[in-house]
Amino acid sequence: MTAVVPSMTDVVAPPSGSSRFKRPRRRRMSRARIVFILITLGLPFAFYSLFVLWPFVQAFIYSLTNWGGFSDTFEFVGLANYKALLHDDIFLKAVRNNLLLALVVPFVTIVLSLALATMVTVGGSSTGAVRGLDRSSLYRIVSFFPYTIPAIVIGLIWSQMFDPSSGLVNGLLTGIGLDRFESFAWLGEVSTAMPVTMFVIIWGFVGFYMVLFIAAIKGIPSELYDAARVDGAGRVRMTMMVTLPMVRDTIQTAYIYLGILALDAFVYMAALNASGGPQNSTLTMTQDLFNTAFKKGQFGLASAMGVFLAATTLTFAAVVFTINRLTRGRDR
Amino acid sequence: MTVREEAVEKKRADHGRPDTSPPNKGDRKFTVISHVVLTLWSILVILPLAWVFLSSWKTTGEIFNSPLALPQHWSFDNYIGAWTDSHIGRYLLNSVFVVTAALVLVMLLGSAAAYSLARYPFPGSDLVYYLILAGLTFPVFLAIVPLFFVLKNTGLLNTLPGLVATYVAFAFPFTVFFLYPFFRALPQEIAEAAELDGAGEWRTFAQVMVPMARPGIVAVAIFNFLGLWNQFLLPVALNTNEDNYVLSQGMARFASQAGYAVNFGQLFAAVVITVVPVLIVYIIFQRQLQGSLSQGTLK
Repeated sequence: MTAVVPSMTDVVAPPSGSSRFKRPRRRRMSRARIVFILITLGLPFAFYSLFVLWPFVQAFIYSLTNWGGFSDTFEFVGLANYKALLHDDIFLKAVRNNLLLALVVPFVTIVLSLALATMVTVGGSSTGAVRGLDRSSLYRIVSFFPYTIPAIVIGLIWSQMFDPSSGLVNGLLTGIGLDRFESFAWLGEVSTAMPVTMFVIIWGFVGFYMVLFIAAIKGIPSELYDAARVDGAGRVRMTMMVTLPMVRDTIQTAYIYLGILALDAFVYMAALNASGGPQNSTLTMTQDLFNTAFKKGQFGLASAMGVFLAATTLTFAAVVFTINRLTRGRDR
Repeated sequence: MTVREEAVEKKRADHGRPDTSPPNKGDRKFTVISHVVLTLWSILVILPLAWVFLSSWKTTGEIFNSPLALPQHWSFDNYIGAWTDSHIGRYLLNSVFVVTAALVLVMLLGSAAAYSLARYPFPGSDLVYYLILAGLTFPVFLAIVPLFFVLKNTGLLNTLPGLVATYVAFAFPFTVFFLYPFFRALPQEIAEAAELDGAGEWRTFAQVMVPMARPGIVAVAIFNFLGLWNQFLLPVALNTNEDNYVLSQGMARFASQAGYAVNFGQLFAAVVITVVPVLIVYIIFQRQLQGSLSQGTLK
C-alpha cells in the first residue's frame, strides 16, 4: 500500500446532505456504498447460507422423510422418525447419558474452577488489603495447559493413563499396594467408564474457566472486599457474599458453553470409548447420530436425531437463563 | 502502611466497630490450603503430560513392562517413526494448510461482514444479524448430514478446499457475532472524517476502521485458531480420504485401532509432536493470550 492518506486541507469534500455528526440511518446510499455492502456482506452471507443455513433447513426436511441410503428418492413419513426414536432403547440410553453429562460436567467444572480462581485472587496474605496468592501466575499458567491441547489428544492421553496394564494410574495404585488395580479396566467397567469420562472432560476445561473467573473476579471493585473485611468477613464468607453474586453472569455463560459441550462430547468419546463403552454406558446422541448416518446410511432418522439434539441444546440454554433470572430477583 | 490500608483503617474508625481481622488465623489457614490445593491441581495437570513425554522415548515393549520405569536408552526412533510411518508429518502439513487458509479467509470475510452490518443498517439487516446468530446457536451435528451432500454435489467432498470452505462457513457466524460490537463501538465520526478526506469505502475500512478494532480481531483470531485446530467432527465426516487427513484424524486413528497393531511408542511421540509446538507458543505469549481470551469472552 503506497497511497498516503491525504490530509484535511488537500481535499475539500463537498458538504454532504445531512449533518455529519448524525448517524447515517436509512440515508439513501450511494452506488459505491451499495456495491461495498454487496461484496463485504452479501457475498460472505450467500456462502454462509449455502454451507450452514441451508443444511440446517434441510435437516428439518430430511427428518420428516424415510431417506434410507444413497438413492435419490424418498417419501415423506411425517413424524414417524421421531416416534421411532422415542421407542429406540439405545437412543434413549444415549439421551440419558448426555443429560447426565450436561448435569455433572458444567457443575463440577465451574465449582472447581471458581474455587481455584478464588484461591488465586483472594488467597493471599491476610493483613492489609485483600491480595492474590504468591506464585499465583505459575498456577495460572500451568492450569491453562490442557486448553492448548486438542480434545482428541486429551482423550488419547487419558485413555493411555487409564490403560489396564500399561497405564500410569494403575501403575501408581499398585505401586502403593492396592493390588486389586493390577489390571483394572477403568474404561471397560460399567460403574467407572462414565465417571472417568467426565473426569477427563473436566480436566480439559477447568484451567480455561479458571482464567476466565480470575479475570471476572479482578473486575470486581476492591472497595467491596475492603468493606466486607471491615465488617469482619473472612475469606470464605467474602467469597459467598461478594464474589459469587458479582460473577454470576460469567457463571451463566460458562454453564451454557459447558452444557452445549457436554451434550456433544463426541470427540472425547471417540478417543476414550469409540464404540459407546461397556453396555453403551458412555454412548452419546452424537455418536448414535454419526453411526446412523455414516455407517447405516439412515439419513432421515439421523436428521431427526439432529433436530432432537438441537432442541435439547436450546432447551438447556433456556433453562439456565431462566434459573439465573429467577434467582437474581431475590438479591435485588 | 499503604494508602489502601490507611483507607481501610479510616473506614474501620468510621464504622466504629472493634477490629477483628488481623492477625486472623482463619485467613492464614485459607492461604495455606490454597497453596496445597493449587499445587495438587498443578501436579494433576503436569503428571500426565510428563508421563507421556517420558513414554515417548520408550519402546512398545518397555511401555508394557512397566508404566513407571525410565526409558533404557534415549533415541529418536519413535519420533522418526511417528513422523513417517504413522504419517504424522503429512497430517500436520494438511492441518497447517487447512487451518491457515481457513483462518485468513474467515477473518477477512468475517470482519468485512461485521463492519458492513454494524455501520450501514438497511431494511432487513436485523434479519441478517439474527440468521447469523442462528448459525452460532444450532449444533453442527444438526447440519452434518445435509452438509455431506452439499459437498458431494459440489464435488468438494474429501478434498482439502472443501474442508477449508466448511471451516470458513462454520467459523463465520462466531467471527461476525463477536466483531460486530467492536465495530459498532467505533466512533462513526472518524470514518466520516476519513471519507471527507477522500478515502473510499474500502480504504476507510482497511486503513482506518480495522486498525482500531484490532484488539477484538486478535482475540477472535486466537479463538478461531484454537477452534479450527481442534476441529474433529467436520474432518471425520467430510474428509475420509486418508491422504487428506488432518492431525486430529491422524490422532483418532491411534484410538480406533487401539489394542491391535498400535505402536505405542509412536503414539506417545505423536502426542508430543502435536502438543509441544502449541504449548511453547502459549508459554511465550501466555500473558497476551489470557488477556485477549478473557477480554473476548467477557465482552
